[in-house]
Amino acid sequence: MSTWLALIGAALISASGLLALCVRRTGPRFADRVAAAAVGAGAVSALAASVLALAGGGDSLSLDGGFPGGVLCLGLDALSALFLLPVAALTAACATYALAYFPAAAHPREAPRLRVSFGLASGGMIIVLLARHSLVFLAGWEIMAVSAFFAVTTEDRDAEVRDAGFLYLVSARASTLCLLALFALHWVATGSFDLVPIGAGAVSPAIQSALFALALTGFGLKAGLVPLHYWLPPAHAAAPTHVSALLSGVLIKVGIYGIVRVASLLPDAPPWWGESLLALGVVSAVLGVAFALAQHDVKRLLAYHSVENIGIIAIGLGAALIARATGHWQTAALALAGALLHVVNHALFKGLLFLGAGAVIQRTGTRSLDALGGIAKAMPATALCFVVGAVSIVGLPPLNGFVSEFLVYSGLLRVAVAADGGLWLLAGFATPALALVGGLALACFAKVVGSVFLGSPRHSSMTGGAEAPAPMLAPMAGLAAACTAIGIAPFALAPALSAASAVALGKPEAQLVAPLGAISLVALLTLALCALLALALRTRLRRAPLEAGLTWDCGYAAPSPHMQYSASSFAEPLVRTFSFALLPRVRAPQLAAVFPGRGAFHSEVVDPVLDRLLVPAARAFANAAGWLRLLQRGSVHAYLLYVWLALFALLAVTGMTE
Amino acid sequence: MTLSDVAFAVVIPLLFPPLMLGVITRTKARIAGRRGPPLFQPYYDLLRLLRKGVVRSRTTSWVFLAGPVVGLVTACLAAAIVPLGANGALLSFPGDLIAFAYLLGLGRFFTIAAALDTGSAFEGMGASREAAFSCLAEPAAFFALLVLVKLSGAYSIGSMLGPDLPDLWARGAPSLGLATVSLFVVLLAENCRMPFDDPTTHLELTMIHEVMVLDHSGPPFALILYGSAIKLFAYGLLLARLATPFHVGGPALGAAVALGELLVIAILIGVVESVMARLRLLRVPSLLVGASLLSAFGVLLLVG
Repeated sequence: MSTWLALIGAALISASGLLALCVRRTGPRFADRVAAAAVGAGAVSALAASVLALAGGGDSLSLDGGFPGGVLCLGLDALSALFLLPVAALTAACATYALAYFPAAAHPREAPRLRVSFGLASGGMIIVLLARHSLVFLAGWEIMAVSAFFAVTTEDRDAEVRDAGFLYLVSARASTLCLLALFALHWVATGSFDLVPIGAGAVSPAIQSALFALALTGFGLKAGLVPLHYWLPPAHAAAPTHVSALLSGVLIKVGIYGIVRVASLLPDAPPWWGESLLALGVVSAVLGVAFALAQHDVKRLLAYHSVENIGIIAIGLGAALIARATGHWQTAALALAGALLHVVNHALFKGLLFLGAGAVIQRTGTRSLDALGGIAKAMPATALCFVVGAVSIVGLPPLNGFVSEFLVYSGLLRVAVAADGGLWLLAGFATPALALVGGLALACFAKVVGSVFLGSPRHSSMTGGAEAPAPMLAPMAGLAAACTAIGIAPFALAPALSAASAVALGKPEAQLVAPLGAISLVALLTLALCALLALALRTRLRRAPLEAGLTWDCGYAAPSPHMQYSASSFAEPLVRTFSFALLPRVRAPQLAAVFPGRGAFHSEVVDPVLDRLLVPAARAFANAAGWLRLLQRGSVHAYLLYVWLALFALLAVTGMTE
Repeated sequence: MTLSDVAFAVVIPLLFPPLMLGVITRTKARIAGRRGPPLFQPYYDLLRLLRKGVVRSRTTSWVFLAGPVVGLVTACLAAAIVPLGANGALLSFPGDLIAFAYLLGLGRFFTIAAALDTGSAFEGMGASREAAFSCLAEPAAFFALLVLVKLSGAYSIGSMLGPDLPDLWARGAPSLGLATVSLFVVLLAENCRMPFDDPTTHLELTMIHEVMVLDHSGPPFALILYGSAIKLFAYGLLLARLATPFHVGGPALGAAVALGELLVIAILIGVVESVMARLRLLRVPSLLVGASLLSAFGVLLLVG
């Protein structure tokens, strides 16, 4: 039942763009609405399936149609359902948002195409989550990856977008290549395409480790673990904002799902799996947030924050794997529940932040933080939603980010207490690293909120005028409400998290035990006391003589918006502190005379992996491979000959070895 | 805890903190050879501010008033997590040390946002420094707390600093010693005392915390001052209990001893502020990294 419901959801969402193409003649607005309605109906179906499965009604189904890979299995268990929840919710939110953000009336060329690829990408994700057969998994994976490429390159008249799309495509190919190797090795080792837990001792530890390493690389590329994150910032900046929200909110989480699923299939996890994942997580989290802090483009900044949050999730997963290897099941459940809840939470608040940023970008036409300012007065509701998202992503109480970070911390601390020797050092240094990440994220989002929404407007497009339209505001409000609800009542999700952890750990007794009631109390106390104090202050201010004046600028009576501290200046002390890793490129004028002339200041921080490693390496490789152009004849006959020669050689080799 | 204990644990953290500010000011005055204002001057200041009118910049929005409100509430809740002496804390659950740090983080987020809301270059400067320095202080605090967690095997501040604390010192004195020193540095940094910030300076360019609240006046400003006193109280309580692990009989006596220790810490802060100059702002990060390293050595010592 639940699997069928999820499949119906996937079908409706995948077909949404095609349905809209069919009714195109009736006008762009109607087509927009048909697509959104189909996505909405599909999302409701998928959400129902997910709730059903989380409540214990998960099932599976087999399709036997004489397919080459045997009987195709699909299924929905608690682990898949927990990932399905944000996929369905965020897809629906983004599709609603697109009604006002990317209507066909304003984008007649791009919007119909985007609707098709958007629906297919989301449908592909659902297939991946349902797959219990490696060929189904790969099919869903390819639908998702290739459609996401078309969604990213929607505005392909822009050279920057084409470059980002190419980069995305290359990394998506590399990721699929790893997965092909993974499933091929799985087939060789087990003799089956079915993704079911391998019995203890059935496969040698070396092969299991090879499988895990392939999964970590292939899925890590999609998830954006450092150093495999390089495609994320350009792709997120290039895609239309609601696509960036979908990419960052759920698509990269499918990579996390893959790691969790593959780890759950392998019976004997040595501690080093968890240790390497934990170390990668720490590096991703710290570097992700440090690079985010140095960005000037709001969408690139949010993309680097996805790298950070994937790092936090990986820290939780790593701690869970370590605890699993040492037999501390309760600790494993705690850390894993933290990681899984962070997956859900990150989808909610990162979706919210991207949608909020999109509203600002649509209004002002710029993504540059240094050019924005003071929009809170013109768009108060958007500003409130964005602040909720910012407090959530920084992991502060009383919102949802705090709950999942709390669980990750708790798991990590328990691993640290139980450990000794090298593991104690690793876990012992991961905890303060997580605290550093929290502090840096706080600085970064104070910068974003401050420079985009607060202060005085830096340009006339930011004053007066209207709030974002309802189809854009409603999804933001819904996501903000979800962030608050999880922050206030995290215990409501505890059974679902327990069920998902039990599936992932293969231990039904691995239940989540955490002081969620106390967290809820802290959240409620914070909200209630703030409301009370705010009320008291308001009553007091009503009676007090209230004067409106200028901002105090040390006696200067004509402050202008350009005197405000800019986003770059705000981040400068931290960028300087971390300059050993960020290597900022700064062009500043030399002040020579007493009255210096006009000058220009420029600073940028480029990605270390992409711009300092991959691009030069690819360039060198392309130069070295120049002689291969001899083969490039430009005639089909020659290429057919090459194909024939290659096949001949392969068949000859296999024939000889047999 | 009985009802009277709870009332006790609520009233003391609400009434006592401004006295610490008075003691610091008095200590500094005495060392400088002056008489100084009355010990209860901070209370008079708060009451006077609460009666005053308010000037608000036209640039500001609701965030400007959210800063003082959230700052005070989070400081109070953080203080409720720290036990008064060896008695239990008002709010105590496994992992509450994370809640302690992150509640104060919430207060900081809104204080910074309120400063940026004014659109002033000076307040932006202060906000930027506050964000940078506190994010370097965070790992130092967590290294120190981690030493405590590892030694005690407990996950709440109340039980880490409970009756077993002398035993922890017996088992890991070097680590705990390093953690204590590092926490003292964190206390100075987080509460904007010398050598990180000079709370009495009159030059906006060199301020950190004071410049962030330049535009606040009247009752909202009173909330800010009160909130920072409570934050100092919470950190001081943590440090005092850690540094003096003795078990004094009776909750009332224990609380009295803890308050006495807080006054000693206030005097200590006054002495530090009298004998030290504010560091150059460029040097502050190295001091904070140094504090992190101190407690990181404490973590290293626990290998085995």
